[in-house]
Amino acid sequence: MVRFDRAGLSYGSGNGQSGPEVLHDLSFTLPDGAFRWLLGASGAGKTSVLRLMYLDVRPTRGRVLVLDTDIGAAARTALPRLRRRIGVVFQDFRLLAHLSAFDNVALPLRIAGRPEGQIRADVTEMLRWVGLGRKYTARPPELSGGEQQRVAIARSVIARPSLLLADEPTGNLDDAQAQRLMQLFKELNRLGTSVVVATHNDALVAQHPAPALRLEGGRLVRQE
Amino acid sequence: MRSLSLRPAGFDELGLRRALADRALPFLVAAMALLAALALAGWDGAASLARHWEQGAGEELTVQVPQPGEPAAEGGGSRVERVLALLRGSPGIASADALSGQQLSALLAPWLGAGADRVAVPLPAVIAVRLTQSEIDTSPLAARLDAAAPGTLTESHDVWIRRLARLSRSLQACAGMALLLVAGVAAAVIAVATRAGLSARREAIEIVHGLGATDGYIAARFAGRATILATAGGIAGALVALPVLLALALLAAPFAGPGLPPTTPAQVLATLPAALWLALPGLPAAAAAIGFATAQATVRWWLRRLP
Repeated sequence: MVRFDRAGLSYGSGNGQSGPEVLHDLSFTLPDGAFRWLLGASGAGKTSVLRLMYLDVRPTRGRVLVLDTDIGAAARTALPRLRRRIGVVFQDFRLLAHLSAFDNVALPLRIAGRPEGQIRADVTEMLRWVGLGRKYTARPPELSGGEQQRVAIARSVIARPSLLLADEPTGNLDDAQAQRLMQLFKELNRLGTSVVVATHNDALVAQHPAPALRLEGGRLVRQE
Repeated sequence: MRSLSLRPAGFDELGLRRALADRALPFLVAAMALLAALALAGWDGAASLARHWEQGAGEELTVQVPQPGEPAAEGGGSRVERVLALLRGSPGIASADALSGQQLSALLAPWLGAGADRVAVPLPAVIAVRLTQSEIDTSPLAARLDAAAPGTLTESHDVWIRRLARLSRSLQACAGMALLLVAGVAAAVIAVATRAGLSARREAIEIVHGLGATDGYIAARFAGRATILATAGGIAGALVALPVLLALALLAAPFAGPGLPPTTPAQVLATLPAALWLALPGLPAAAAAIGFATAQATVRWWLRRLP
């Protein structure tokens, strides 16, 4: 499902040369339907690992396979199809400010070309589930941080992705909402979605024990 | 419940309504369309003039005999009769015919109107001469005609016709190049506007791209909008061009051939050649095609910077 094979990543330093390596020699495998915590201090490389997984960058060394595709070797035109099977909750939400909550959540389905009637039913249900049933016409600037995060979460799962990646998804949520979110992740995981959650929230990790990938200085130091 | 996959009307996920200059782009395209119409008119006009002059006009002579009824200076008969006899007897002359009063009126009608046959100034006799070939040196003939009826003007069209025909063809080529240039500028304008739109909406594009939208999906949004704006500009340009072209056609009407100047609206509209009437709806169509193709190419090229 997802496999890193001595993968390394460095960003270009601007004058054509490659910069320092932010990820070194990562090797691990996530089978279908896996759940992993992605842990590590700030700057350890969690976001870079997630960026490789949601196809925002290609590895500069080694191999990375996502959903059975070698993303280093794949043609650029083959990637959009893969991206549609991956749901991402970004730390900064990345919602479209000029669209309503409804249209933001519906966007992945519209990009995938689903029928409009089905979209309406699915999105309405999803918004109601995350507790925004009455705010579906509101635009992100009109919503609170927690509400925006819930819209972002709804958007990431609406298309029933095969792989779900979350970068600090509980940052703006209260305890009750955080628990509901973990319920959602576990339910999706049970239905076959692989889930990787990067977080600093140790309490949450303690409450929901699961195998973890721990990063330090761009290297994998522990995996359970 | 609709089961068709229809994009909801007005769904503008990239926020293009604010990004692609709603007024500047159509205005610039309209200006290009107007210039294109003028270039087309010039091209068509120059082509028909060249055709007219190239068609055997080099084999024609015009001989004007002032005071046609007076007796000839040598030989017998009136001046015009003497000149006609000389012409018909000369080698290399295929035919020589004096124009009748009616024919003369018809020639002058585009300038003088319907009353050409009642002009007070005494008109010379005009003899239309056809040569057997166009390279004959006519100066010895002209000298003999002048001896028979002093003041006779022999105008060989040959040299001038050829020069005019060449000039017309050059003008036609210039008009053609102007047309290509206008099309190129229109494409450049659309490309610049599209790039500005891409930069302005970069964040939204990156988000939509990250959600798995193909290059074609994003390019279609931009191309659709550019096509609509360019078509609107093309229609506006064509509408402005129509009265301008009609005015030019009316000015050129006397040179187009014998006949009375147009007076009724139907006659005025008929002064415009059919080719130009067809070209006018072609302008918005061409604008749409250029808008679509340019926007598609610009967006797809720009998207290559994204992973």
